[in-house]
Amino acid sequence: MEERKELKVTAIKNGTVIDHIPAQSVFQVIHMLGLNECENQILFGTNLESKKYGKKGLIKVNNRYFDHDTVNKIALVAPTATLIEIKNYKVIGKKNIVIPDHVSKFVKCVNPNCITNHEDVITKFKVIDKKDVKLQCRYCEKTTAKDNFTFI
Amino acid sequence: MKNRSLVSISDYTIDEQLKILKLAAEFEKNPRQKILEKYVVASLFFEPSTRTRLSFESAASQLSAKIIGFSEAGSSSVSKGETLKDTILTVSNYSDIIVMRHPREGSAKYADEVAPVPIINAGDGAHQHPTQTLLDMYSIMKTQGRLDNLNITFVGDLKYGRTVHSLVMALCQFNTTFHLVSPTELKLPSYVKQHIKDKNLTYHQYTEMNEVIPLVDILYMTRIQKERFSDPIEYERVKDAYILRLPMLESAKENMKVLHPLPRVNEIDEDVDSSPQAYYFQQARNGVYVRMALLASILGVV
Ligand SMILES: [Zn+2]
Repeated sequence: MEERKELKVTAIKNGTVIDHIPAQSVFQVIHMLGLNECENQILFGTNLESKKYGKKGLIKVNNRYFDHDTVNKIALVAPTATLIEIKNYKVIGKKNIVIPDHVSKFVKCVNPNCITNHEDVITKFKVIDKKDVKLQCRYCEKTTAKDNFTFI
Repeated sequence: MKNRSLVSISDYTIDEQLKILKLAAEFEKNPRQKILEKYVVASLFFEPSTRTRLSFESAASQLSAKIIGFSEAGSSSVSKGETLKDTILTVSNYSDIIVMRHPREGSAKYADEVAPVPIINAGDGAHQHPTQTLLDMYSIMKTQGRLDNLNITFVGDLKYGRTVHSLVMALCQFNTTFHLVSPTELKLPSYVKQHIKDKNLTYHQYTEMNEVIPLVDILYMTRIQKERFSDPIEYERVKDAYILRLPMLESAKENMKVLHPLPRVNEIDEDVDSSPQAYYFQQARNGVYVRMALLASILGVV
């Protein structure tokens, strides 16, 4: 009951709700979506109670919708997340979050001697392990794992 | 293989790799041909590597190509802060193919993405050096008459040597049995060993080379650098165990050859040079024929 009340208070008219984010990944998701530099009204919460996941995070962004590529990047740090789109207080769509096969402009390559860390090159990775989230650099072929993610 | 860049050895299929080796053998028989007279080869060495550069430039010269380029970043616009992209795009205007050596890993792949002309990677940091792998394969094929079913030993620093990693990966296509001789600290990385296992091949690990010499067809020696050891005392303790001396070759098979990517420091005693097993200088010479084959195929004249 508590949670439902809280959600109601912060209901948005138009925009996107990203729910069931692992609590420790909320700030990563905010950063990845560039919400730290976004002028729209944003509500977020973390360490909220969730029956299914223990502690979870939640983000609501007013007047913004995200494309598939952006949505799928969320999966790399928050595979359990769900995303709903709202228009006029009504849910108009649910987007499935799927771990992509390839990802670009996402994180830095972990290899300090990689060309992408020395020239203005957009990083591109192949997702070689979807369970543990390991990315292989298109250029130097070194593997960047979740623990080493530095977001661009 | 016309217009096909060579960034990584896996850019070419086994058949294409073998085609290059076959063509290299043709060039060895008849190295002076004016087939690249109308072409300009750019040789861009963002870090010095005299041996590799001279080998490429000799290959291009013997086929009558014109060569432009630089031998270190300091003597080029790179020292004025030009980006790699701008250098590559500019030089593409002046040449038909670019041979490049660069200290950063992945630089050749990136150059290939931006360049309108084909790229040959002559080494990108610790990542790839595919022409070395091809010349090693050529040397093995030439001395053994085949690449299949051989016993091949690698000695020395197997952990950091990209030459060893690439060659092991390439030889996994040919049912090789691997013998790996190294100090415990410098063993072959597990991802390379996993690759051997994935191909259902076997490898044996040793810390001394004596017992393995009578078993093998190729003895591939590498340098052991002091800086690679966390404990300098450990280096002093083990260094002599990885030096090849002439008497050790008494037990070797007749067809056995000693290879080394050069330059050597002291890991092959000079006495070995005169033995019938010594092949490392010929191996360096083979590099020229392999590079001729690559230039000619990629420029589409053969
Ligand atoms: Zn990289």
